[in-house]
Amino acid sequence: MIPIPEVDLGGILPALVLCVGGLIVMVAGSFIPKRAVAFSAIVSLVAVLVAFAVNSPLRMMNRQAFSGLISLDPYSWFCNVLLLIAAGITVLTSVRYLTDDGQELYEYFALLLFATAGMMFMVSANHILVIFIGLETLSISVYVLAGLMPTSPKSREAGLKYLILGGFSSAIFLYGAAFLYGVAGSLSLPAIAKVLQTGAGGKTALVGMGLLLVGFSFKVAAVPFHMWTPDVYEGAPTPLTGYMSVAVKAAAFAVFVRVFFAALGPLQVDWTQILWVLAVLTMVLGNVAALVQNNIKRMLAYSSIAHAGYLIVGMVAGKEAGTSAMLYYLLAYTFTNLGAFGVVALVGRKGEANVMLDDYRGLAASNPVLALAMSIFLFSLAGIPPTAGFMGKFTIFYAAVKAGYIWLVIIGVLTSAVSVFYYFRVVMKMYMEVPEKTPAALQFGPAMILALGIAAVGVMYIGIFPTTYLDLATESVKTLF
Amino acid sequence: MKEVIFYALGAITLVSAFLVIFLRRPIHNVLFMITTMIGLAGLFLTLQAEFVAMVQLIVYAGAVMVLFLFVVTLLNLDEIQLPPDSSTIRWWVGAGFAIAVAILIFPALVAFLPGAEPKSLTADPTATVSNTAIIAKELFTTYLLPFEIASVLLLAAIIGSVVLVKKKY
Repeated sequence: MIPIPEVDLGGILPALVLCVGGLIVMVAGSFIPKRAVAFSAIVSLVAVLVAFAVNSPLRMMNRQAFSGLISLDPYSWFCNVLLLIAAGITVLTSVRYLTDDGQELYEYFALLLFATAGMMFMVSANHILVIFIGLETLSISVYVLAGLMPTSPKSREAGLKYLILGGFSSAIFLYGAAFLYGVAGSLSLPAIAKVLQTGAGGKTALVGMGLLLVGFSFKVAAVPFHMWTPDVYEGAPTPLTGYMSVAVKAAAFAVFVRVFFAALGPLQVDWTQILWVLAVLTMVLGNVAALVQNNIKRMLAYSSIAHAGYLIVGMVAGKEAGTSAMLYYLLAYTFTNLGAFGVVALVGRKGEANVMLDDYRGLAASNPVLALAMSIFLFSLAGIPPTAGFMGKFTIFYAAVKAGYIWLVIIGVLTSAVSVFYYFRVVMKMYMEVPEKTPAALQFGPAMILALGIAAVGVMYIGIFPTTYLDLATESVKTLF
Repeated sequence: MKEVIFYALGAITLVSAFLVIFLRRPIHNVLFMITTMIGLAGLFLTLQAEFVAMVQLIVYAGAVMVLFLFVVTLLNLDEIQLPPDSSTIRWWVGAGFAIAVAILIFPALVAFLPGAEPKSLTADPTATVSNTAIIAKELFTTYLLPFEIASVLLLAAIIGSVVLVKKKY
């Protein structure tokens, strides 16, 4: 007699809604060939909004579902909110990009929704098996999305590179999971923590931990596992690059934190040392390499590597202060980077056109509002008050100082001073320089205006009134410890 | 007796794996890859993991490697003989890296050797229920959710592969 499994659909409803949305897109897209993209975008937006609504009960929960495989807690709630914001803004910024040359690539939205659903399973997972399957769902969708543009060889190259390197990193992650299973006899996070607390495992546990760390570092693009980032970010469709730099990174960091604090907490002394080195390497290399880029997508790619470094500082700082600072930072970064990539998508439009820094010359004269929005995003990336990016960096560095990592913070502040240079170079080009020839007029769609508006208002609002969001982040990480 | 079988299978797996790397004709590489997979399946059997052994045979030795063979024969790669690798540096880097990983992993692997730890991770040979039945039961009760998420994963993969090769343009 097989017992009836416990099924609790309420807890995973947000992800289910996204899956259903993806199915509707796939079925309906094949029946309406003319305006498939517009229709799919609307369906995706509705799915994201509904998921947002059904996600809210999670905030009050603190329990486990599906025989302990999924944890429904405020942490899952906060991460889901982040991912849904990222997915929603990406849908808005993608519409124009996909319809530009008459190809109705409505499958884009289905894959985007499946990827987001995979991430949501991943961030609420309480078991490495669920984490891995969520990770693969998101990775496979994103590999395809990166290589989606049929007419662009660079996009194909990006897809293939990401697939091969991503496959390696998944295998390494799985190998680490196998070692931990060997130590603990279970893949459930609390069970692993319980075994490690007794001091069992020794070197085996350390090897497992190291391999998991490599797998996660690849996904968040931390140096020295960042090699794929510039090429893939450059080749992928621009709105998707924004999504990768925000949502994939947020999901990977969310799981990184959950696994390393909830399951590998007893080894914190060991992994903090490794992460300290990774944080320094990532911040320094990301910011220095960004200085010499002429292509804005590559520049933002290196900038996103650097931001992964700041987030790792939050992990090193550890415990509630560090992790809640990370969540706030991720929220700020979501609005900022999606906005910045939205502007890049708008200016660059299809393919490889207008992605050099010089193409931004004189933008302030032709489109003052757009230039202002881009400046806000760049200021926030650089960490200039009163934007959200400043508060994010401030809270992370504050947590690290309090935890006693003075040197790490000094390096972090110095590298972010370096970063001001390359962000301001774009601002200077927009406001101070004159283009050689008059650029073609930009085509603003309503969806793009809405997306950039949301992003710009978000950056300013959570930067000027950060208290509510900082409190939410603090409240969300409480259940982890 | 058990040791003899173990070492024989281990030798088959390892030698075939080396030949996969060092032979210079694609068709030979693929064929020895299949032998490696079969050797591994045998090793799983000696651990009483008959389900994993069968999956190894059906999925890897069967489905995956047959696809490789199709690619090799359809592209007429079977007639190609790759020239010997001219870069000796690359050879040494590869060998050094492999040895480094082995040294790194080995201390951890020693912990799993019989006698090193009292806890045995192999299945109980006297168990009355086959582990195929146990896996099936677990899959549809405890691990129902990941099983279902895997369907989303496969759907995304199918859509992705169709989209990437679709010729509409």
